[in-house]
Amino acid sequence: MNPGVRAARKTDRMDNRNDSAQKDSSGGSAPAPSPSPSPSTPTATEAGSSYFPAEESSPAGERQFLRFSRLNRALHIFLIISFLTLALTGLTLKFSYTGWAVLLSHLLGGFESAGSLHRFAAVIMFAVFFIHVIDVLRMKKRDGRTWKSMIFSPDSMMFNGKDLSDFIGSVKWFVGRGPRPRFGRWTYWEKFDYFAVFWGVAVIGSTGLMLWFPELFTNFMPGSLLNVATIIHSDEALLAVGFIFTVHFFNTHLRPEKFPMDIVIFTGRMDVDEFALDKPAEYEELVKSGRLESRLVEPYQPIVTRAVKAFGWTALTIGFSVVLWIIYAMLFAYR
Amino acid sequence: MIRRIFITPALLLLLAIPAFAQEDADCLSCHEDKSLEGRRGGKKISVYVNANTHAGSVHGSNGCVSCHAGLAGKQFPHEEDVAPVDCGGCHSAEQAEESKSLHGQAAARGDRLAPRCNDCHGTHNILPKSDRNSAISPLKIPFLCGKCHQEGSPVQRQRVIHQDNILENFSESIHGEGLLRKGLIVAPNCASCHTGHSILPHTNPASSIARKNIASTCAKCHAEIETVHRKVIKGELWEKEQHVLPACVDCHQPHKVRKVYYTQGMADRDCLTCHERPDLKSSRDGRPLFVRAQELGVSRHQKISCSQCHSDVNASNVRPCDAITKKVDCSSCHAEVGQQFTVSLHGKLVTNNDPNGPACKECHGQHGVKGKLDPSSPTFPTNVPLLCARCHREGQKAAVRYTGIEHQIIELYTESIHGKGLMKSGLTVTAMCSNCHTPHSVLPRSDSLSSVNPRNLPKTCGKCHHGIEEQFQKSIHSKLVSKSGKDLPVCDDCHTAHKIRRADSQGFKLEIMQQCGRCHEKIAETYFDTYHGKVSQLGYTKTAKCYDCHGAHDILPVADPRSHLSHDNVVGTCQKCHEGASRRFAGYLTHATHHDPEKYPFLFWTFWGMTSLLIGTFLLGGVHTLLWLPRAFQYRRLLKAKHLEEKNGAQPPGAADDEPGSAGGPKDGQDG
Repeated sequence: MNPGVRAARKTDRMDNRNDSAQKDSSGGSAPAPSPSPSPSTPTATEAGSSYFPAEESSPAGERQFLRFSRLNRALHIFLIISFLTLALTGLTLKFSYTGWAVLLSHLLGGFESAGSLHRFAAVIMFAVFFIHVIDVLRMKKRDGRTWKSMIFSPDSMMFNGKDLSDFIGSVKWFVGRGPRPRFGRWTYWEKFDYFAVFWGVAVIGSTGLMLWFPELFTNFMPGSLLNVATIIHSDEALLAVGFIFTVHFFNTHLRPEKFPMDIVIFTGRMDVDEFALDKPAEYEELVKSGRLESRLVEPYQPIVTRAVKAFGWTALTIGFSVVLWIIYAMLFAYR
Repeated sequence: MIRRIFITPALLLLLAIPAFAQEDADCLSCHEDKSLEGRRGGKKISVYVNANTHAGSVHGSNGCVSCHAGLAGKQFPHEEDVAPVDCGGCHSAEQAEESKSLHGQAAARGDRLAPRCNDCHGTHNILPKSDRNSAISPLKIPFLCGKCHQEGSPVQRQRVIHQDNILENFSESIHGEGLLRKGLIVAPNCASCHTGHSILPHTNPASSIARKNIASTCAKCHAEIETVHRKVIKGELWEKEQHVLPACVDCHQPHKVRKVYYTQGMADRDCLTCHERPDLKSSRDGRPLFVRAQELGVSRHQKISCSQCHSDVNASNVRPCDAITKKVDCSSCHAEVGQQFTVSLHGKLVTNNDPNGPACKECHGQHGVKGKLDPSSPTFPTNVPLLCARCHREGQKAAVRYTGIEHQIIELYTESIHGKGLMKSGLTVTAMCSNCHTPHSVLPRSDSLSSVNPRNLPKTCGKCHHGIEEQFQKSIHSKLVSKSGKDLPVCDDCHTAHKIRRADSQGFKLEIMQQCGRCHEKIAETYFDTYHGKVSQLGYTKTAKCYDCHGAHDILPVADPRSHLSHDNVVGTCQKCHEGASRRFAGYLTHATHHDPEKYPFLFWTFWGMTSLLIGTFLLGGVHTLLWLPRAFQYRRLLKAKHLEEKNGAQPPGAADDEPGSAGGPKDGQDG
């Protein structure tokens, strides 16, 4: 059994023990409103996107597939908050020659305040990073697995042979030379994003610490290394920001089948049929082993979905604005 | 030859002595020889005597030996070094006076510059003073005295004489003019006041010019002086109470007795009989001629009479002011200021009769002129900016003519640190227009004599900011230090001319970097590539700016050991902000740029390494996304269709059974 699924299941079980029991026994009949939906609304599944979804038309009764554990969802939210903060505060300095940067810096309460926010967000991101690492270690210990079995399992975050073939399959699919690859638990671009965070935290974090404590670091390093650290910190950050706000956004939110956003990372839940389409290999594996049922949970209330979407929109908007700002700064104001 | 000439008549005289009593003819037999020479004190002098001249003189009837008494009965040729003639033998009274006088005293001391009787009166040619040709006739006396008492003469240079330009002043005075120009021999000459022989210093109570005697001396001519001075005092009191009353010379300075003073006393009131009428207008051009007497009374010139400024007035006219042809010339008293003003820009305009040219009165006012220390004066420090603004405010006549780069000067000045200090805080010592531009020598910046010319500016600002000037003059920006042929910055290049701000104000701190960058282009650009520069670019000053490291006025090249950035000082400079800074910390490149592969190869290659990584990643991600896009649209359409079909097909069985079926549905579709 793959650790991710297990963890998710376990968490879910613990969180929703009562709910699960109820669900398991009563099936889909439990939610009262479900019998009443009017059959004439085929777009009912998209109800969450409208401001006033009719309660009765909501498919609240349809159980959803739980993809992300509560911890991982929380970590991602904190990652978003810290990342956006870091991006906004850091870029004001990087693009200080644009009027936008001056405006933003003042909005953030000045460069000192922005600097404090930047460092505070960095601490949060470090915390997110280490909590995740600790979580991985804990999972390993709990499941009593070896590193090797963890790393090379099909549900692992580590790149493997299937990712290569999926990638080649994808390219073929893109050019119309084959079907969509049958992705498993993690697609190769998801793994790429995952390791990008590792790489980013290592590179940007280490150089950031140098710039945070220059007096300390110059005790054993030449001062000019701070210049090097500045370039690396700034350019790697630009890479991270640019990549997240374009490629990652597209891959997860903007690609037409998910447009305008995929909130699974916040709710942890996705429609089973959507899941089956998206990750057929994992789905089949779960069906085959009979573990799918254990991963099905009640959907959140629409208010939760709406709140999550509001948060998502905010993050997306900030991200896109930053991208536009970067493009403006690089193309029209560069010096 | 000379000797022979001398000896021959001498022998003849020698022969004659026993034969005749001494006759003038005997003397003249030798002394008529024009080439005859004798000795006095070892010096050769002519001893020729013109018999005709002597015969025509007042002493024509006196024989030679009546004066040259020492030679009476002497054998010819008499010895040399003949004793001087003693005039006192006959003129004993004069002799007595003279011996007590300054001249006599000096002669007694053996002063070689002391005049003897003959220096004034002549020798064999003495004429009565009533004779026009006499050296002591009234018309000639000024020149006679002037021989010794004119400027540049040994007496004037080597002896203590308290007056200067005596002859010049006298000749320009009313007395001198009457005497010399109008030929009035009754006009007073030197001796009229100083007496002929009893010339004494004014400190001597016996002197004719001693304070208590002045009135009577002047009254010798000005007998009815009290009628003129009725406003001041009864004339008789002058003679009785000299110790309390002003003496004549207090107002009418000796030698300078200008004619303008003549009208003093009577003038003001007489003038005001007409000029205190508010509706009085000039018959020539209709301009008002009303003079506000009260205004004059509280002015700086309250003790100056009308005619002292309007000096053309002529008291002998029925209307003295009829004689006025010229405008008031302030420089007749304020000579030095007038000189400065003439060469100034303002003065040149006035000289050229430019209607915009400000004359004295434009700034100082006319009858109400006040000193610059009087708060109600337009030249009082707090009023000066407004005074200059009358012409120099934007749109006014001077601002319109001006073609330079300084605009809104009044507004900017008012908002400047100087303007605020002066006009808001009321600090009268704060720099205002005339402190920098001078009051009377106003010249454009381009003029090398201007106080605001770049060459002179440090000195001008240094008048107040002396400590800064001292620092600046030792810095690399000073012309005294830098041998660079380039234009060096002076005060106003960084601080501006009129909108000078406090150096600790936010705006100034941010602007100053642009100022440095005007000359130090490259280095300023690279500064903005580093953290310090970026923060300041955001508009914050709490970070190292040019002068925080390099110093402001005491800036020196890094190579100079006194520089803030020299090897010995640089760590301390960093520690001003970074307390824990070490020698290695100071190795941070504050002007590093990643655009210079020559100077900073490691930064250059780091940057391009990172940029390549960035471009590579984006290329990969971008191409992946772009390729995906059409397929994703297709996929979305497929999904939608499936979903619709699903919904329609799945509805009849009911909601409860729906889920597993719908979940399997897409999978099947995908498979198929």
